[in-house]
Amino acid sequence: LFCFKIEITLIFWFQALMGKPYGSLPRKTVPRAEEATAMNFATLWDFSGFAQYSVLFYGYYNNQRTIGWLKFRMPLSYFLVGVGSIGYSFMIVTRTMAKNANDDGGGDDTSFNFSWKMFTSWDYLIGNPETADNKFASITTSFKEAIVEEQESRKEENIHLTRFLRVLANFLALCTLAGSGYLIFFVVRRSQQFALEGLENYGWWERNEVNTVMSLLGMFCPTLFDVISSLENYHPRIALRWQLGRIFALFLGNLYTFIIALMDEINLKARHLLSYTLEEEKIVKYNMTIWEASLYNGTIPENSTAPPIQVDPADVPRGPCWETMVGQEFVRLTVSDMMTTYITILIGDFLRAVFVRFFNYCWCWDLEYGFPSYSEFDISGNVLGLIFNQGMIWMGSFYAPCLPAINVFRLHTSMYLQCWAVMCCNVPQERVFKASRSNNFYMAMLLFILFLSTLPAVYTIVSIPPSFDCGPFSGKTRMFEVISETLEHDFPSWFGKVFGYASNPGLILPFILLMVLSIYYLNATSKSYKEANLELKKKLQSVRIENYSF
Amino acid sequence: AYKRFSELLPKEERENACSARVPKSQILTLPELRANPFQHRICHVFSTSESGDDSMSFEDFLDMLSVFSDSATSDIKSHYAFRIFDFDEDGTLDRKDLEQLVNCLTGQGEESRLNSAEMEQLIQNILEESDIDKDGTINLSEFQHVVSRSPDFARWGGWGFIT
Repeated sequence: LFCFKIEITLIFWFQALMGKPYGSLPRKTVPRAEEATAMNFATLWDFSGFAQYSVLFYGYYNNQRTIGWLKFRMPLSYFLVGVGSIGYSFMIVTRTMAKNANDDGGGDDTSFNFSWKMFTSWDYLIGNPETADNKFASITTSFKEAIVEEQESRKEENIHLTRFLRVLANFLALCTLAGSGYLIFFVVRRSQQFALEGLENYGWWERNEVNTVMSLLGMFCPTLFDVISSLENYHPRIALRWQLGRIFALFLGNLYTFIIALMDEINLKARHLLSYTLEEEKIVKYNMTIWEASLYNGTIPENSTAPPIQVDPADVPRGPCWETMVGQEFVRLTVSDMMTTYITILIGDFLRAVFVRFFNYCWCWDLEYGFPSYSEFDISGNVLGLIFNQGMIWMGSFYAPCLPAINVFRLHTSMYLQCWAVMCCNVPQERVFKASRSNNFYMAMLLFILFLSTLPAVYTIVSIPPSFDCGPFSGKTRMFEVISETLEHDFPSWFGKVFGYASNPGLILPFILLMVLSIYYLNATSKSYKEANLELKKKLQSVRIENYSF
Repeated sequence: AYKRFSELLPKEERENACSARVPKSQILTLPELRANPFQHRICHVFSTSESGDDSMSFEDFLDMLSVFSDSATSDIKSHYAFRIFDFDEDGTLDRKDLEQLVNCLTGQGEESRLNSAEMEQLIQNILEESDIDKDGTINLSEFQHVVSRSPDFARWGGWGFIT
């Protein structure tokens, strides 16, 4: 949400207000050839056509150094906003984690476990009999689980069998992960072939194959992991963590395979067509000059400055633009993810509830307690889904600046839909084991995902040349050159010198070393504080017990 | 609070609400008590009726609200909670009290109750944890000791200000 605010404010509004409006620049308009289909719903759904050339995507933005009367530095701001919003996200997540760690610092005090369950678990605000029944059930479950847990900790286990089963389970999980990764790779490759042969020859499935496959994998593999984990016989909290970890690995693997396949495609294009692209560049530029010349009807010699002819920008020939393509893929992925979620909720929860409620009378076994029953509201699964959604947004937002906006809209609608679904067709989870006391487990995952999501964007900023005909960085060899350009032109010269000295590797390496050492030191200090804390607690307890007996 | 109380009285007696006593059956219709498994104990503890019919006067009603509100101290709450949980009113929580307590908490249905082995185990664990002088019962100070360590107890009751 913060990303959204910053991006929207800086990039979107300035460009929209200050930059030249739609239709005035070639890169902002739909080429003539595509105009016929530009407004078709199918094309719009595919995020090409009209949407491709809108503010949504990277390719829209002009590469002029400054815009308008404020001399607003467009390319620089795009770059800085992109990098800045990611940095800001990092800071926010880390700060939240630190705050949570403070609350969590009370420690895992289970000294009066059973007594507390007994004396303090009833909620005196409950006034509704149905809620009370739910509460009774949960209290009973909690008692039973605590008893079972107590017994298990005293039980002797067959170590070897358990270990063997756990190794087997992990092996199966790895196989699943590898399988899904391969499947995605295969599917992306196939979609490239389809694209080469022209998308008109194929139906809906081929066009949306990649997104549908990814969403389906995301739906079915977690249940598979659940089944596998029954082999392992862990304590429920640990089993939950393993489950979450595997789902995490699944999504990450999927996303990364997807990215790698995309990057591969880009590199392939770049390599095969590298000379060709340079040629193509030359050809396109040559075509443009010829075409301009033809407009002048050859009456005006090349060197003189002629009044610019009013040309309809739609007719200007256009070069390829890989950033927009990447952005499109991400937007499509987000949209299909959204659709999958809605459809899953409608079918999986609502239709199932309707079926169970109405067919229960004429069915052999009790549907409500037996097989289908009402679906549980899976808290951890939903939180994970949110985290991955955010990861996708972070990855794609550099190439499609309005992606956060789309996501906010999606979040609002899915929140209302899920609220309704939960009230009307879900039952609470049977085992409520939290993965961690505070929410730090999920925040840690969020941080990790943020880091991993920004890697691809950073990689492309640093090593792939931007397209020559689209986006704010066109014409440069690398995107980050916009910073050096700004330093040269806008800051006093001594600043540039200082910066040059500071970016010397001889200075940076010792600095990194210093940071690593200080992290180590802080870690050691915090450990010793924790131990001191525990000691003090133990002392307090024994002092209290001593005082009591007098 | 006065309005709530007088609503529980039949029409004729509303004029005289300050000195009237509301019968137990009426009290149990309050939404906060309706679904509460300890409703009978609560009425009994707060009622000052000599005839033992658990009817409550306005002062009793106020007492009850103030103990369950957010502004009551932990001491007061633990004192009354102890009285509520003490089913046989002998001043300590012995095995039978604890058993009845557990049965209240697990609801009325047959499937949700604990079987006797589980019950044994549970009560054993509780006594191990809370019975400091090892006399087989939990008295008021042991109870207060345990319950004041709990992070959830500060919000016990939590009826807030009921107008």
